[in-house]
Amino acid sequence: MTARHFLQGSADINSPIRRISATVKLCATGILVLAITLLPARHAVWALVPFAMLIALARLARLPMAVFAVHLAIAQPFVLGVAVLALFQQNGVVAFASLAIKSTVCVAAIQFLVLTTHFQELLEVLRRAHVPSALVLALGVVHRYLFVLIEELKRMRRARAARTLHARYGGLWVALASVIAVSFVRSMARSERIAMAMRARGWS
Amino acid sequence: MHIPDGLLSAPVSMACATLSALAIGTAAARARARLGSRGVAMLGVTGAFIFAAQMLNFPVVGGTSAHLIGGVLAAVLLGPSTAVVVMTAVLVLQCLAFGDGGLLSLGANALNMAVVHPLVGYAAYRTIAGVPRCGQPLQPARQIAGAAFGAWVATIAGAAVCAGEIVLSRIGAPAVVLAAMVGVHAAVGVGEAVVTALVLATVLRVRPELANAVARAPAARRTVTAISLGLAASLALALFVSPFVCAWPDGLERLASRLGLDPSREHILFVAPMDGYAVHGIRVHVLSTSLAAAAGTLLVFGLCCALGWWLAPRRCSPADRAIATASRI
Repeated sequence: MTARHFLQGSADINSPIRRISATVKLCATGILVLAITLLPARHAVWALVPFAMLIALARLARLPMAVFAVHLAIAQPFVLGVAVLALFQQNGVVAFASLAIKSTVCVAAIQFLVLTTHFQELLEVLRRAHVPSALVLALGVVHRYLFVLIEELKRMRRARAARTLHARYGGLWVALASVIAVSFVRSMARSERIAMAMRARGWS
Repeated sequence: MHIPDGLLSAPVSMACATLSALAIGTAAARARARLGSRGVAMLGVTGAFIFAAQMLNFPVVGGTSAHLIGGVLAAVLLGPSTAVVVMTAVLVLQCLAFGDGGLLSLGANALNMAVVHPLVGYAAYRTIAGVPRCGQPLQPARQIAGAAFGAWVATIAGAAVCAGEIVLSRIGAPAVVLAAMVGVHAAVGVGEAVVTALVLATVLRVRPELANAVARAPAARRTVTAISLGLAASLALALFVSPFVCAWPDGLERLASRLGLDPSREHILFVAPMDGYAVHGIRVHVLSTSLAAAAGTLLVFGLCCALGWWLAPRRCSPADRAIATASRI
């Protein structure tokens, strides 16, 4: 998960953008996304103005441009797949272009938010916005254990690969499925341990 | 299938967000009552498990790969209300920590993948796996078959809801969108079904008590009946109403007229001999589409039953005992 760690790492780059409060960034992103969504198809070209501003801000935040570009590209298959459907109606080309532009700018806005903000800070915003505390806490636990479980899955898959000489499609699928199943059994045991540890520290 | 922002219109996004907020709120209250104080830890770790499992790639022919969605697996192993909350947590994390899927379309994504997907899948699973009698565990073969068929139906249901959102946003003609989404996901769902069945079979083999924890939970018979009726109604809707909505030539005709190949202009050249044939033709078209859908569904159902019969654990082999011991570490 080097890419994911890299992604997490880029939230640590110290910059003026990084120091802005997460509440402001989350609200600004929300308003920008809503404004772009409400933009009529004929005027979609105007969405390129915030896009240029986002690129400039990304330079200011010293984000690695390669990472930014890769994350923009990852969302493109779905964006283009849906936008192509718009070609089948009247004024299809205009609709296609406006959807592609609007969606790409929105993806850039979200990526900018994610790359310049720690997830813990966003959780703090959610907590202060009176989102149920159990949900916020559960989100924190998911984020905390995600990388632990991914590492564990990778270890189990490597161990399987080292012991399985000729895994073809069928065998490989069975092996991978049993890796997932064992991971489930282990994560249930792990959740019991965590719950006990939480209770031992006064959580009720 | 994560819808980014900017594709769906604002009213559709808002309506989906309201619907999924209602569903998730209800599910969270039920999950809280069931799980008690260890709930937070379990929701968190199982959410991380689903997220991690989604990142495991299964190779398909030609260098492409598929991955698990995991909603039905979660519903079968943890119960439907817990699965809804877990899948929501996964989606929120994917949006806010990794920028996967939009902020405004989070409600729509949650409706597709965290509400409709696990609930429809669980309804199908419960219908096939049956109701537990007092003290008797469910038959593993029926459980596996039910989970596999549920995963397939749920993938298609999620895709159909997604198509509905796209259509309501006036992006494409209903025919094109529905045919494209459902067609692709009927194939994707087969992979999901096979992986769900394989994982459930392994859990049933090494730790049957974990897989049966939900099945043994007291379930009112009425609820199961209502779920089955809902499933039957939705299947009927899919089989008999969709062909009317799915006027496939509509989109093609528009494309044709845009390209200057307007069929109506050529029709002037030769007058149709009998208008009545058109109605007859449409009826035949609708019937054949329904029959094809029904045949496909029955085929997948049969394959799922075969999968369940084949994968159901018969006795505990030394290798299974070794896995069971290893998984306790």
